[in-house]
Amino acid sequence: MLDLVWLIPALPLLGFLVLLVLGRKFGDPVAGYFATAMVGLSFLVTVGVFLDLMSLDAEARTEQVTTLFSWVAVGGLHVDLAFLADPLSITMCLFVTGIGTLIHLYAVGYMHGDSRFSKFFLYLNLFAFSMLMLVLGSNMLVTFLGWEGVGTCSYFLISFWHERESAATAGKKAFVTNRVGDWGFMMAMFFAFWAVGSLDYLHINGAAESLSATTATAIALFAFIGACGKSAQLPLYLWLPDAMEGPTPVSALIHAATMVTAGVYLMCRISPLFEVTADYAGTIIAIVGAATALFAATIAVSQNDIKKVLAYSTVSQLGFMFLAVGSGAYVAAIFHMVTHAFFKALLFLGSGSVIHGMHHEQDMRRMGALRKFMPITFGTFIVGWLAIAGVPPFSGFWSKDEILLAAYDKSIVLWAVGLVTALLTAFYMTRQVIMVFYGEARWHDAHEEHGAHGDYHAHDTEPHESPWMMVLPLVVLAVLSFAGGFINMPFSHETEKLATWLEPVLHPHETDTAKLPLALAAIAVSLVGIAIGFAVYYFKKLKPVEPKILLDGWGYDRAVSNFMGGPGRKAFDGIAWADAHLIDGAVNGTGRLVQATAGKARRVQTGNLRNYAAAVGVGVVLLLTWFVIVRGIL
Amino acid sequence: MTDFPILTLLVLVPAVGALLVALISNRQPDLVKVTALLTSILTGGMALWTLFAFEKGDAGFQFVSQHSWIESWGISWHLGVDGISLFLVVLTGILFPLVIAGVDPHHDHKRYLAWMLLLEAGVMGSFVSLDLFLFFVFFEIVLVPMYFLIGGWGYDQRIYAATKFFLFTMVGSAFMLVGIIATAFLAKADNGSVTFDLVKIAENADFAASTGRWLFFAFAVAFAVKVPLFPLHTWLPDAHTQAPTGGSVILAGVLLKLGTYGLLRFGVYLFPEAAVWARPVFLTLATIGILWGAVAATMQTDLKRLVAYSSVAHLGFIVLGTFALTSQAITGGVMQNINHGISTGALFLLVGMIYERRHTREIAKLKGLQKVAPVFAAAFMIVMLSSIGVPGLNGFVGEFLVLIGSFATARWWVVVAAAGVILAALYLLWAYQRVFHGEPDDDNRSFAELKWKEGMLLLPFIAIIVFAGVYPKAMLDRIEPSVDKLLEHVQEHSSWVAPEAQTNEGGEG
Repeated sequence: MLDLVWLIPALPLLGFLVLLVLGRKFGDPVAGYFATAMVGLSFLVTVGVFLDLMSLDAEARTEQVTTLFSWVAVGGLHVDLAFLADPLSITMCLFVTGIGTLIHLYAVGYMHGDSRFSKFFLYLNLFAFSMLMLVLGSNMLVTFLGWEGVGTCSYFLISFWHERESAATAGKKAFVTNRVGDWGFMMAMFFAFWAVGSLDYLHINGAAESLSATTATAIALFAFIGACGKSAQLPLYLWLPDAMEGPTPVSALIHAATMVTAGVYLMCRISPLFEVTADYAGTIIAIVGAATALFAATIAVSQNDIKKVLAYSTVSQLGFMFLAVGSGAYVAAIFHMVTHAFFKALLFLGSGSVIHGMHHEQDMRRMGALRKFMPITFGTFIVGWLAIAGVPPFSGFWSKDEILLAAYDKSIVLWAVGLVTALLTAFYMTRQVIMVFYGEARWHDAHEEHGAHGDYHAHDTEPHESPWMMVLPLVVLAVLSFAGGFINMPFSHETEKLATWLEPVLHPHETDTAKLPLALAAIAVSLVGIAIGFAVYYFKKLKPVEPKILLDGWGYDRAVSNFMGGPGRKAFDGIAWADAHLIDGAVNGTGRLVQATAGKARRVQTGNLRNYAAAVGVGVVLLLTWFVIVRGIL
Repeated sequence: MTDFPILTLLVLVPAVGALLVALISNRQPDLVKVTALLTSILTGGMALWTLFAFEKGDAGFQFVSQHSWIESWGISWHLGVDGISLFLVVLTGILFPLVIAGVDPHHDHKRYLAWMLLLEAGVMGSFVSLDLFLFFVFFEIVLVPMYFLIGGWGYDQRIYAATKFFLFTMVGSAFMLVGIIATAFLAKADNGSVTFDLVKIAENADFAASTGRWLFFAFAVAFAVKVPLFPLHTWLPDAHTQAPTGGSVILAGVLLKLGTYGLLRFGVYLFPEAAVWARPVFLTLATIGILWGAVAATMQTDLKRLVAYSSVAHLGFIVLGTFALTSQAITGGVMQNINHGISTGALFLLVGMIYERRHTREIAKLKGLQKVAPVFAAAFMIVMLSSIGVPGLNGFVGEFLVLIGSFATARWWVVVAAAGVILAALYLLWAYQRVFHGEPDDDNRSFAELKWKEGMLLLPFIAIIVFAGVYPKAMLDRIEPSVDKLLEHVQEHSSWVAPEAQTNEGGEG
């Protein structure tokens, strides 16, 4: 199976190509099922490759490279289109294709009736292909191909409903902001090639020890700039909340489970470099991660849009992953990436089910009491909530606990920030669960209001449970969100299965810190967060604190927009003005000067220009004729 | 087959075609069109034949044909192609029939087609000439038909734009003419007699440093105007905007490449010492051009002007690569020549199609086209992504090679220039959003979907965009040997030391 690793991305690519030609013919829902099947097959191949890899020695697992062809080769630069199947990339592939299949299936139900149904799945398959290229690439350039590919698909899918101005703007914003990060990624490649003479991960990581600290730091931190773009970290996070303009399956797949984790993956991929980098490299990453985690969590507390809460929550959880990376706990980062993929995909799909059931209502203030109308959605959402809140034995607890442990080893301040974030996380998720599923039903007035605006067609206003293809993925993801943590239990080396599996690739985090007190502290803050949430929103014993500045995301987005629309735009206008008036002005001025001084000569010149040109034209033909006939060249 | 004068025919066939078209009576418009089309297809076929017959590992000039012309001055009909010019010849061969078949000039077909074919002869001649004098003749010929195409079939400001184009280029050419004559006579001492032969001068001449620099300067001005290099670029937006669609495609596709090609062939190759000496200036102007062109493009209100300014940015990458003087950078630059020709050529075609439908190119007057014409929008999207430089499509490979290759020898310029990729996404996506996204208003609701004929015209462009992005090796393998040979030449004739396969630290061992 190992040499069939190319099939993993090839199957979704095939799906894309077939849909490109036959998509409209397939229509709704066949195109959707077809796309689902392609990713599903890709998952099966991944499982096969995974089993093959398991049967190899630990050392041999790190060097399984399958080369398709030489892609870009000039001088000393040799870049193959090649795949690296190792424990890290295959772990990624497993959850990308696994969750991808579930979300594809879900989307068949969610997108039913959309006029561009088949196009949606066309993009979705292209995304799966790009994401798998990103993960499987054996060198930075193939990863970059996938990196840009997922960014492009993200752009397509965020602006999927492109008639809507806000969706179109959000798509563009995502692409351009990501490009800022891509600049960093490219710089990292240039540095790596300059220093090592290769872009292959095996070469770069293999040569890590002989690199100077400066060079290793440069590569790592430039790559981190790229990661900040793709994984929505400060200061580049601001495209992700806007990305919620896309259909909800897209939010679940791209903007929660897979694409946004690419930055974390990249950092883990080149993690041997951190053995050589200056100490501040890891510290910077940890600080950015912790700061983003806390920052985004505070914003999530005040959001009213069901998806915006989850979006800021994603930014925050990604911050946790970078906190792990910066603290040297790469396994914890990947572990949290996997569990987060389970529970955040679940929560997003659950919110999609709510939105679907509520006839496209996204404002939580107009929801409430939905547990009676959507029992399965409710039940699964509860699992997701407990997982993200960090209640044992749900998956999120185990992975978050490991990150906090690593953060504690790095610095007690980082640990404290992580703990506060964990408390806020438990709190805002409790708030969301109560606003959506408990309390009074608040959607009646909302619908009357909408009716007055004529936004909606006549339909029954009762929320309803979603069809089976939407519910089934919820159930599967709920099981995974519950049990996902069991792949890496901290009790002994035997139970740390994920760490053992990843060990040939990812340096394990060694620690002497007593784990139990830290775990108890983590459990305590989760429960406190949940308790406060209930006190405020369920029992209404405390007044909710939802300052407007948090709803506005600390005003950061607006500040950036104002800068871009104000001074930024003025500067651009200034350059365009300078081009038209100074540079071209100098040209025209010279022209006028010549005209003025030359007086009559100008008229002669201009009058003769056409004649002169024509004469040259005729002359050329004569010249060529002369060549042929007189000189006998032919 | 090597004796077959294929390059001579590549020049003569369109020239003779131009003459035939001019001679056919106005009363037979169909015959005019068929003649022009067949001529250009024949030329294109020969160009493709050259591509397939090209010996891959051979770095030197191939299909050489050399005949003495003015013996006393050492001027000869000396033609040849190597990896650096091969794809420019092929691109020229492909673009002309597509434009002739696909773009309707609306009036005076006969004169239009005659000028087009003469233009093709001139461009072909410029790319295959290995004699300074001969090159100059072709380089100047190109001006004439382009002047008439803009002036005769352009838009409102066409006379202003055509004159500006002509005068700008003529000033540059004046420098070059002096440079050519001076070069030939100054090289007499080293060659034994006066010769205009490029290869002889380049291999034998040993100019004093100051002399070489002056001569280089004379050539460089002409090419910098043609590229156009900042700050000599302001003729380009006017010429592009006012030129008819066919003229714009050719202008962007191949004419600008006379500048970048010239810098390499008659700048770096002839005057290596001076080129190395002038590196900082060119690297700086190229980098400024990349950012300046992109920023100016962002603020344009006319779609065609926007594409024109994007050319300034894209061509800046080529000049950057040329003067970075590494194998990857120059190879990337040569490839970027072709990629830009394809992508920007296709963009101009698409903008032309929008104009045909809406009679405006004002971005503000267009809206929501994706809803009414999704296939058209998809075609525009693919071409746009190629122009932005998304990997997997052609545009990426060239820019990436330029940047990664330049990093070793021009690091800080690369750090700045790479920001151009951010701006490229900004100006194109913003324009795309305003033109294609949103709800179409009344004026745009009846925007017609892509027609079959238009689709067939765009198909070759899109095919090349995808192929060159996925398998650039087919091109790189043919370009690189000649580039390496040029670099060796530079190192022999100057103090330049190009970095080898870099393992500056660590490495595989």
